[in-house]
Amino acid sequence: MKKIAIFIDFKGTELSSYTRTLLGFADTFFGSEVAYYLFSFAGPKQASIPQLKGSVIGYQINAGNSLFAETTELRKLGDQISALSIDEIWLSKSNTSDSVAGIISATLGFQIVPNIKQITQKGDSYLIQKSIFSGKATAHSELSSSHFVGIFPKGFGSDSNAASVEVNFESLDLETSKKYSIIKVDTHEGSIPLPEASIVVGAGRGMKDPGNWGIIEELAQTLHAATACSKPVSDINWRPHHEHVGQTGIKIAPKLYIACGISGAIQHLAGVNGSGKIVVINQDPEAPFFKHADYGIVGDLFDVVPRLTKILKEI
Amino acid sequence: MKILVCISVVPDTTSKISIDSSKGFIDVQGLTYIVGPYDDYALSRAIELKESNGADVVVLHMGTSESEPLIRKCLALGADSAVRIDGIAKNSYQLAKEIASYVEDNPFDLILMGKEAIDYNSGQTHGIVAGLLKMTHFSPVMQLNIDGSNLTLEVEIDGGKAEVSCQLPAVLGCQEPIAEWKIPSMRGIMTARTKEIKILAPSIPSTQALISEEINETNRKQIMIPSDQLQVLVDYLKQDVQL
Ligand SMILES: Cc1cc2nc3c(=O)[nH]c(=O)nc-3n(C[C@H](O)[C@H](O)[C@H](O)COP(=O)(O)OP(=O)(O)OC[C@H]3O[C@@H](n4cnc5c(N)ncnc54)[C@H](O)[C@@H]3O)c2cc1C
Ligand SMILES: Nc1ncnc2c1ncn2[C@@H]1O[C@H](COP(=O)(O)O)[C@@H](O)[C@H]1O
Repeated sequence: MKKIAIFIDFKGTELSSYTRTLLGFADTFFGSEVAYYLFSFAGPKQASIPQLKGSVIGYQINAGNSLFAETTELRKLGDQISALSIDEIWLSKSNTSDSVAGIISATLGFQIVPNIKQITQKGDSYLIQKSIFSGKATAHSELSSSHFVGIFPKGFGSDSNAASVEVNFESLDLETSKKYSIIKVDTHEGSIPLPEASIVVGAGRGMKDPGNWGIIEELAQTLHAATACSKPVSDINWRPHHEHVGQTGIKIAPKLYIACGISGAIQHLAGVNGSGKIVVINQDPEAPFFKHADYGIVGDLFDVVPRLTKILKEI
Repeated sequence: MKILVCISVVPDTTSKISIDSSKGFIDVQGLTYIVGPYDDYALSRAIELKESNGADVVVLHMGTSESEPLIRKCLALGADSAVRIDGIAKNSYQLAKEIASYVEDNPFDLILMGKEAIDYNSGQTHGIVAGLLKMTHFSPVMQLNIDGSNLTLEVEIDGGKAEVSCQLPAVLGCQEPIAEWKIPSMRGIMTARTKEIKILAPSIPSTQALISEEINETNRKQIMIPSDQLQVLVDYLKQDVQL
């Protein structure tokens, strides 16, 4: 039976939404012939998770600090994972996942496969589609399914409607040597953080004035989406800098990206190409973004966006 | 202080990526290659540190001789010498092994890389190198200051940023605004001609679990919907993304 380690994240005492979707996917992917080892950094000692068909053992990793684990700690964790004879490791992409994946696989010699868009089984190997060149191309690979670390974009998979079960998380103490200290942490309060949102509504210079963003925010709220913007918009302070997506900004890979009044410059595309589906609303039928859209609407955003919000509110 | 900067050589960000179907790989004809933009930030910060604190800056690249003009450009920007590992890494793990094995023989206080190479966007090489060399690791680092052997960093975290302090040695993945991008000076270009590019043979055989690989352009549906038929869009989205 395969042994799969999955790194899970919590928001407070609740499982994060992207952990839920990843677990939901794993459950359909592996079925019952599997043993799960769930690892959480700084999660609760007991939590409810969707019921999985395979067996579940939970570990709560006790590292020196919840924000960043240290190299020595992660190497110890790698040794523990090796002692459990884990076959593969799954995690969601985040700013901190790269240390975890890199350092653990350095101790185990596992190969890392990032930016997974699709994964299917073929005998003893995996067929994987991964996004490359900032989403401009897709690599289809067949690779051996053991000794594998898969990194999935946040929101990958689908929400499981399985019943919840309570899981106890056993403490896993990694002695720490405390090689760093945290001076200060700043987080953007309020709205849904952009890299975590499964739907994103972006707007650009076509908005004409920062005072016009109400219609974008209303559409985003209706969809439980985060808001994003193009670079010129944050450069002139119409929107906060942390909303800027693109080559020089945040790279997002939500299930759905709706771009309003954005021309679709290549530098903007570099940040959003990883999106599952792209909807473009632009009054210029020649806007380059339409060539990179799944669904395009030629029209005045000030007319289209409020009408779209109205329809969505009714479902 | 000795700083190693690892650079990738990648198609320019504005390149249109098309596929050469006879090779099942991207069509490299007509592509302009550049030093990875994040690696450029890392190198620029290393050069700033050299100017302010004094440091010996070595650039490392694993690739073919076709990358030499770009390595030369890094020397013109102010790096002191360069190393090229002559070969093409099949994945981040193999690349990281090569870098780590070079560093084992030639110790460095600080290893700077880009947050990710913009071709395969793995963002893994620095983490694996840190794991192999048992060095402290942070990425993506947006600010880097050094005082003696103490580093103060600003690191992006999910939904914000953190300021941390740690000790050398460390391996960092860098991103803007860690430094100002630089342009080589005439003098830099002249002196770069005599700087050394050491060529090393790869030392570790590739351990490839990859069985096959084929590359496609990412294609979108490009369905146009009249602006008075928004219900059609909503119906599509209900199907595609379970709105
Ligand atoms: C080195 C470099 C890095 C860059 N990095 C980034 C980056 O990370 N992210 C980024 O976004 N850009 C980046 N850019 C800038 C990029 O090239 C474009 O200039 C930018 O994306 C354009 O922003 P925009 O689409 O909002 O504005 P514009 O190009 O001005 O487009 C506005 C669009 O709105 C449409 N419009 C106007 N009015 C309406 C209306 N009433 N209804 C509907 N549509 C309307 C117009 O038809 C037009 O297509 C970078 C550029 C460089 C050189
Ligand atoms: N061929 C290479 N030679 C040297 N360094 C590289 C090479 N490819 C990538 N790197 C470095 O590793 C970083 C992360 O790359 P990657 O893990 O491939 O996304 C890059 O930003 C570079 O600093």
